[in-house]
Amino acid sequence: MSEHQALKRPIITLPFLLLAAVALIGLYFLAIRFTSGMGFVTNLNSGYAWGIWVVYDIVVGTALACGGYALAITVYVMNRGEYHPLIRPALLASLLGYALGGLGAFIDMGRWWQFYNIFLPWHMNFNSVMLEVGLCVAAYILVLFIEFSPAFLEKFGANRLLKSLNKVLFAIIALGVLLPTMHQSSLGSMLIAMGYKVHPLWQSLHIQPLLAVLTALIMGFAVVVFEASFTAVGFRRPSETPLLTGLGKGVVGLLSLYLIIRFVELLLRGKLGLIFAGDLGSWMFLLETALFIFPLLVLLSPDRRQRGPYLLYAAVSMLFAGTLYRFNAFLINYDPGPGYSYFPSVSEIMVTAGVVAIEIMAYLFLVKKFPVLHSADPA
Amino acid sequence: MKRRDFLKASLGGTAALLGSGAAEARGNLEPAEDAIGMLFDATLCIGCKACVSKCKEVNGMPPVAMGDETQYDAARDLSPQTLNVIKVYTEGEGLHKDQTVDGFAFEKRSCMHCVDPGCVSVCPVTALRRHPKTGIVTYDADACIGCRTCMVGCPYNVPQFDYRNPFGEIHKCQMCNQAGVERVDKGMITGCAEVCPTGATLFGSRKALLEEARQRMTLTAGELYNYPRGDVRSPDSHHEKAAPSYQQHIWGEREAGGTNVMHVSAIAFDKLGMPPLGERSYASISETVQHTLYSYLALPAVALAGLTFVVRRNTRDDEGGDS
Repeated sequence: MSEHQALKRPIITLPFLLLAAVALIGLYFLAIRFTSGMGFVTNLNSGYAWGIWVVYDIVVGTALACGGYALAITVYVMNRGEYHPLIRPALLASLLGYALGGLGAFIDMGRWWQFYNIFLPWHMNFNSVMLEVGLCVAAYILVLFIEFSPAFLEKFGANRLLKSLNKVLFAIIALGVLLPTMHQSSLGSMLIAMGYKVHPLWQSLHIQPLLAVLTALIMGFAVVVFEASFTAVGFRRPSETPLLTGLGKGVVGLLSLYLIIRFVELLLRGKLGLIFAGDLGSWMFLLETALFIFPLLVLLSPDRRQRGPYLLYAAVSMLFAGTLYRFNAFLINYDPGPGYSYFPSVSEIMVTAGVVAIEIMAYLFLVKKFPVLHSADPA
Repeated sequence: MKRRDFLKASLGGTAALLGSGAAEARGNLEPAEDAIGMLFDATLCIGCKACVSKCKEVNGMPPVAMGDETQYDAARDLSPQTLNVIKVYTEGEGLHKDQTVDGFAFEKRSCMHCVDPGCVSVCPVTALRRHPKTGIVTYDADACIGCRTCMVGCPYNVPQFDYRNPFGEIHKCQMCNQAGVERVDKGMITGCAEVCPTGATLFGSRKALLEEARQRMTLTAGELYNYPRGDVRSPDSHHEKAAPSYQQHIWGEREAGGTNVMHVSAIAFDKLGMPPLGERSYASISETVQHTLYSYLALPAVALAGLTFVVRRNTRDDEGGDS
């Protein structure tokens, strides 16, 4: 009955083994982190309290996991049912991305054995943006799990449960749109409290939440296009280009809106001159902006929107653009003052690589064992 | 038609959720009525570091060694083992005390005990608090989850996380009044102010210290002034000294909402490494945005209602249609 089916391919492949090797190295350093302390694995210091574990695993990682969010808006809010085939693989990627974002947060937590304090009402500080992020991300992981659970229920033939779930799924889906809107915008708000430490080109104060949620959506759509193209090539499945063309059109609007708000903020606060200051901030800004403008130029042409390779180029550019935006704001152009510097250590990078490897391995395993990819076309 | 309206309403709600209307902007917090603090006069500091040593004794922290040198505590900056440190400013030849060009000066680094503390505002689990009476910014390791948002949210980079300990915690000055020390509660003054031989670090209420600082601003260079030592209201002793040429700037009177630990100096504060702060606290901006979006969870609730309605309509269409 399901319109989805498992890809019946072997689990243990060469890429899978390579990923496993990376994961093992990551786990080795993780063991040191938990037995000796974070300082033995990372280059974190008093000025740079957040490194790539926060900025990549959580800030960027959850944005890369916004495919489910972006498609839920398209399919269920805009009522574009034709995109339904893309939603289940996107939900899986979101679930894994967010779950590992949560894992990343735990790994980075200095006093991890007390993590549950964030859920205890008498400890909560309702002024804290971090509290909002923590609670929303935790709730959204649960929501994603429920949204994705039909794939498990179909596999195990739990039809009655599936039926009852389908009756209330609309409420879960609505939450699945609201929660990412909340915590993705809050990831931006987090930058407000860092004040002068964030370079003026990225310190937009009140505008932070809006820019954060727009980049999350842009990255979400980009990930959907990227994944669909990659699955088509990697698993030699028929291409979904016609569907992706429509998404490309929507992305043009998002990119334009983002760029307008970004530049108007810089204009109104008199910061445009900093773009050409010739320092690290200015070069990074130019690179980042180019990465946002390139996909806009590509996708503006209806002709190019219909061609798979162009869509893929645009998607990759958007992924880099959003990633760089967040890296710039939180790390590259974050300056706590003279005397502090940070570059991730090899072991720190290996932990992040290990986490990502585990995510990809889980994705490969699940699409091969559970009905995730749609079966409209013969596999 | 109706559905379109609801769609608009729900998108409107979501958009409002993201927007940043300035409803009820939260201003800077005001100083606690009986706030206590310290006044550091950089022109009085001779760099003896008695305060650094006493701080470690009171807080039970080991000295920091530099190479084989064990005679002095060689702490160069704040760390999990150093809550208070004296740093040196030198320029050019570095010959003349409190002179910007070819001069040198000493500057204290320790928690400023902000009136509107960033660390308190950002902490998700209320591990950092501003004491309602004394204004002391306190830390509770039993609440702390180690997310280190306080470190990125502190304009002075004061909170120090002990990275080289698998069960590390945040370390910061709590004005010698944390559980087990409680010097202020016992009627004593902070360790650093107690041992300071020149009164460079002075203890007292924020009000009294501000008065004293304003008094010093009125001195003309060379004018004799009777400097108190210890507690500003009941000094251990005084010493008479010619006033330096003070900068007309009391650091902490207004910066980012003000601080309870204030500094005065003859050299501009940006040269002494103080951060570029305006008068408005970042905490107040952050909380304004956050409370605009989340007050009583009203906006999220409206958005959720709209979204639920729209999604329900649209998923029903799917069932009826040929999807």
